[in-house]
Amino acid sequence: MSVVEVKDLVKKFGSVEAVKGISFTIDKGEIFGLIGPNGAGKTTTLRIISTLLTATSGSVKISGFDLHKNPGEIRKIISYLPEDAGVYKNLTGRGYLEFIANFFNTKQTRDMVSKGIEIADLGERINDRVDTYSKGMKRRLLVGRTLMTNPKLAILDEPTSGLDVINAQEIRRIIKNTTQGGTTVLLSSHNMLEVEFLCDRIALIDDGLIVEEGKPQVLMEKYHASNIEEVFTRVVG
Amino acid sequence: MSPLGNIIRKEVKELLTPATFLPIVIMAIVFGSMGNAIGGIEEEMKEKPVIGLINVDNDRFSTLATSILNENAEVVFNSSDIMDKQKGLETLREENGVALIVIQKNFTENILKGVPGEFEVYWVMKGAGITDSISSSIVEDLISLVNTNITKELISTNTSVNATTALTPTFRNETTYFKGKELHGLSPSVISSILSSQSTLVPIIMMMIIIVSGGMVISSMALEKENKTLETLLTLPVKRTSIVAGKIIASAIIGLFLAVIYMLGLGYWMQSMQVTSNVNLADYNLVLSGGDLLLIGLSVFVTLLAALSLCMLLGTFARNYKSAQTLTFPVTLLALLPMFMIMFKDFDTMPLVVKVLLFCIPFSHPMMAPRALLFGDYPLVVSGIVYVSIFALIMISLSVWVFKTDRIITGSTNRFKK
Repeated sequence: MSVVEVKDLVKKFGSVEAVKGISFTIDKGEIFGLIGPNGAGKTTTLRIISTLLTATSGSVKISGFDLHKNPGEIRKIISYLPEDAGVYKNLTGRGYLEFIANFFNTKQTRDMVSKGIEIADLGERINDRVDTYSKGMKRRLLVGRTLMTNPKLAILDEPTSGLDVINAQEIRRIIKNTTQGGTTVLLSSHNMLEVEFLCDRIALIDDGLIVEEGKPQVLMEKYHASNIEEVFTRVVG
Repeated sequence: MSPLGNIIRKEVKELLTPATFLPIVIMAIVFGSMGNAIGGIEEEMKEKPVIGLINVDNDRFSTLATSILNENAEVVFNSSDIMDKQKGLETLREENGVALIVIQKNFTENILKGVPGEFEVYWVMKGAGITDSISSSIVEDLISLVNTNITKELISTNTSVNATTALTPTFRNETTYFKGKELHGLSPSVISSILSSQSTLVPIIMMMIIIVSGGMVISSMALEKENKTLETLLTLPVKRTSIVAGKIIASAIIGLFLAVIYMLGLGYWMQSMQVTSNVNLADYNLVLSGGDLLLIGLSVFVTLLAALSLCMLLGTFARNYKSAQTLTFPVTLLALLPMFMIMFKDFDTMPLVVKVLLFCIPFSHPMMAPRALLFGDYPLVVSGIVYVSIFALIMISLSVWVFKTDRIITGSTNRFKK
């Protein structure tokens, strides 16, 4: 059963067409990766699906809800982690998670915060102000915030961007585990190893168009490549 | 290029933006206009005041007085019959005059007896602004000149009157007509000073609330963008109207709280500066009723809402904290402009174009409300509240609309337009 259905999606900014009619579907519990060079249209696509930008044409359905008609309903079931997302600096880590949880079902607020704290795994530092956190700690807090709401669809834009190896590995592990709870993941990344490790299926996007789509293993076989990086170079390059 | 030159070039390039220059240019224009206004005051001070004269006495000192007044003022009504008072006042109103001076019977005789002679002065007051009371001040100066000349006359002719009368040979019995009220015993300058001490506090506080709270809303939006928290907020299950309303209400609460602190400090300061007045305004029915205070409160509330909604709309254009500082400038200007305009001129005495401009600036309404209500000008206050409410609604709707468009994220719908 498809959680995400994107059909002929187009996004224009003035005379520039950033997304030129892409279509894809993502099944429940799947991790789907959008891979492409800078300016290919990955972030724009994620921003449209997460209700931040409006599509010029085409349709997006998430769990049966039409993005154009029911953005409010969609916001209840998605969770978006922007690439360079920030945190309110005057709050503590716990305070930030509580602030976000308060937008959701009040009966589960405490459980949500507990889950967020568990995912972020910041120990006692969760009670410290966010402006004292390192970049890795902030990102872990943000991942905790994104996944604590048990979203039907988690949209992660470069989830490990700018993190060291240890922090990146930890976040990948968290993302992988989250699908076991029924969450579907749509992510974008430059990191081909990450994509290979995480994604059940990937779509290569270039200049606003999906140029290839499939399971990493299948694509590697198709292009006689030893890894996704080679596939990417052969398709896009 | 030397390293120093390289750094200077880079810094100048960074600072040389319209955002840096525009506020200064506008400020220069405002100061230039204010300079013109002050120049206008000087011109007005050189002009002869328009007065009416009724000389019932027709004797030595009254003739001296009328000759001085005729020489230094433009006398549009002259009579020797006390029954012409009403006619004189009508002529004065038609000719845009400032005062009808009646020299009472036995004026000269009383002075010679050692009793000060009486000037009955009927002031036609048009406004309570700084520039509105110029003409009446000139007439007051002319009456002082008459006094000096009578004193000289008494001394040079060795007239045997007591020293007090010789030095102060006349007194004024004044009545001022202002905004439909007849105020006995008060001159325009006294009324102006009472009203200005009463109504200065409100414009200053209003201006402070608008600038402080407005700055907070714009900065809040700028920080959301700079700290990259806005995108997350906009994907949460919360209505755009709630985000807009939440930011406006929070800033209003803080703004009002700061205003109370500011008001307390300023109130004490003004109290210490204020000259104690013996005039009881209640005697002249110049007090605000409970209903009036409610209207002022309503006016302040809707204006604050309008200001914050405007700031919210401006805040959506902020890219970062630095650009937010520039965006607060138009709000500051819109708060300062009516404050100065109201201080200088009364709304009623302003030219039509300025009146329209002042009415259109939403922040001017609570500044004008106390004085307007004091003189029963309810249509101005009520229409102001209605106008500002509509303005606030439009601004809120526009803000919500911007929050629903791509502009809030991209900064412009044509971000990539070549």
